[in-house]
Amino acid sequence: MVQIITAAETAIMIKPGSRVAIGGFLAVGAPETIIDAMVENGNKDLHIIVIASDWEDRGVGKLIVNKMVKSAQVSHMGTNKTIQAQMNAGEIDIELVPQGTLMERVRAFGAGLGGVLTPTGLGTIVAEHKQIISIEGKEYLLETAIPSDFALIKAYKADKLGNLTYRKTARNSNPIMAMAGKITIAEVDEIVEIGELDPEDVVTPGVFVNYLVLSKEN
Amino acid sequence: MAQDKRAMIGARIAKEFQNGDYVNLGIGLPTEAANYIPEDVQVIFQSENGLLGAGPKPPEGQEDKDMINAGGGYITCIPGASFFDSATSFAIIRGGHIDATVLGALQVDQEGNLANWLIPGKMIPGMGGAMDLVTGAKKVIVAMEHCDKYGKSKILKQCNLPLTAKGKVNLIITDMAVIEVCSDGLYLREIAEDLTIEDVIQATEAELIIPERVSTF
Repeated sequence: MVQIITAAETAIMIKPGSRVAIGGFLAVGAPETIIDAMVENGNKDLHIIVIASDWEDRGVGKLIVNKMVKSAQVSHMGTNKTIQAQMNAGEIDIELVPQGTLMERVRAFGAGLGGVLTPTGLGTIVAEHKQIISIEGKEYLLETAIPSDFALIKAYKADKLGNLTYRKTARNSNPIMAMAGKITIAEVDEIVEIGELDPEDVVTPGVFVNYLVLSKEN
Repeated sequence: MAQDKRAMIGARIAKEFQNGDYVNLGIGLPTEAANYIPEDVQVIFQSENGLLGAGPKPPEGQEDKDMINAGGGYITCIPGASFFDSATSFAIIRGGHIDATVLGALQVDQEGNLANWLIPGKMIPGMGGAMDLVTGAKKVIVAMEHCDKYGKSKILKQCNLPLTAKGKVNLIITDMAVIEVCSDGLYLREIAEDLTIEDVIQATEAELIIPERVSTF
């Protein structure tokens, strides 16, 4: 059953060394209330799985400037100079993953798959040390599933079963990350009673969600 | 780059689109193309963060915090738009459902290789969605300045920066020329109207094949 908890309780749950998938695209659709609570709590040695490292003062960028992240799987860091500096100084391990590949690797874990076959990255350094598999004469890279201990996501509305709806481009990686956490915690703008969401509007079924946190903006 | 050059490249890119095309424009110079779509052509723009039917920037004060494009700028959407998650967005891209993608480049070479995501030791922005776009789009158009800020050709015999994808570029549009990538090399198709063919050859490190007819743009 889904429990409603605070952002501070979420932060305490996440132990050092945890693998944490965090939703959002350039901080739009990022669980900012949970991220702020983690900064306050001082979580350490995290491995994060994110589309982008966002900005220094928004989204997961806040975890990076506060030196809470020891490694990351990420597709874009162009908006955050701090992560690039930490990488050059050897303070953070980075695996750059093409965005579409990242999403499929995360989705694969949530869907019980060992990995996916993609043509993206063939002939580039992304293909180094990876198996190439030929299917009907076409080559693909074998990209393995990315596991995570926690998925921290942001949705628009939740009902008390954890069914989620999203808003506009704030949906982005959130429904994918939601599937992939051993524990999934959704920050939402509003929590409504069971039956108040039209089942046709639900994007993430509540079966993927363990905890709900109310966004501080409300 | 001077605004008149940006406009020239943008207008030339826009001529590549057919009515009904689904198009993804990269950040920066490629977005110029959106200003030059003819009125009788409908192009639907994809933003890879999860939107088909991206519209122009909203008027100041009417921004929606949940409505951005892939560059992080506020946008609107047109009637008929749709929102979807990032895996669906890249299924659209990788699955061959995008008719054309336009990207900037650090280097492109005569085998259609593209480098646009990494300068080792200097610039590490990451590839974002570029590798998937270049791999999956039906037509890959590179839009860039012909030469870098030191005046060196960005169109090379062989890229020496890490590649974004191998052999995927179809067309190169610069402030000097329009060049088509074919299996036997680079064909000079058009030159800017104030230049000669010799000017373009001089400014290009790669071998150019000069067909009988080269038009101006």
